[in-house]
Amino acid sequence: MHLILFFVFAGFCLAGAINLLLQSHPINSALSLIVVMTSLAVLYLLLGAEFLAAAQVIVYAGAIMVLFTFVVMLLNAGREERTLGSRTARSVGFPAVVAILAVIATVILKAQGLGVATLGEGLTNAKGSTNIEVLSGVLFHELLLPFEVTSILILIAILGAVALASRGDGPHGSRERMGGE
Amino acid sequence: MSSFLTQEVPISWYLLLSAVLFSLGVIGFLIKRNLITVFMSIELMLNAVNLSFVTFAHQWHAVKGQIFVFFVMMVVAAEAAVGLAIIIAVFRARATLAVDRIDLMKL
Repeated sequence: MHLILFFVFAGFCLAGAINLLLQSHPINSALSLIVVMTSLAVLYLLLGAEFLAAAQVIVYAGAIMVLFTFVVMLLNAGREERTLGSRTARSVGFPAVVAILAVIATVILKAQGLGVATLGEGLTNAKGSTNIEVLSGVLFHELLLPFEVTSILILIAILGAVALASRGDGPHGSRERMGGE
Repeated sequence: MSSFLTQEVPISWYLLLSAVLFSLGVIGFLIKRNLITVFMSIELMLNAVNLSFVTFAHQWHAVKGQIFVFFVMMVVAAEAAVGLAIIIAVFRARATLAVDRIDLMKL
């Protein structure tokens, strides 16, 4: 069961990621990125990260990708002209990517004792405590201050986004310029 | 059949999937010519790293990996909001999303 689910959703992940590269229209890339993120949520479930699977669906596939598709549609982004990148990207980038992938794959495949992932294995060996209990215990007791600081970070990000995306002058000028377009 | 149902997946397969996803993100970052898709490739790389964090948290039975992924998600949410606002501002100033034409800071 674990193996079948892993293969199916790893396949979805890779297919979505490759489709993201092949599609020339941004909206198709955005939709394939949603496929990647939802499949990753299933993989998180297989690895015993239930809370992160839910957060992945809600935050990534929900909020962030809605923002992406919204911006794509707002800017009416058309097809991109297909190039193979700049000369530097071709001559340095691709060999570097291949080298990094080769090194990581060799290290992973040569590493002994990485073990296996089994379904339903908890984060602790203690009886009667689920993964979410352990996670929330750490998050809301030991790491309460960083958690609260994160909310301030998000607040600042919202303010920054509004300040960047607004026209930068009053409502009168913005209406004027909007009419000019 | 029951042995097939309880079959285990090697940790290294999850890590390899993560590495391949990260490389696909880097390749997308290099070959895509649209500002929004370049940004999407960055999201793909972040997701790949998150997968390896969760995998190691599973392997070591440690909660810290999942905590880290949670904070990465929050930072990515903030980053996406600010990044897309910057993209809107760039589009407003240059009327293009092609990264080749946004070359004001190029030497």
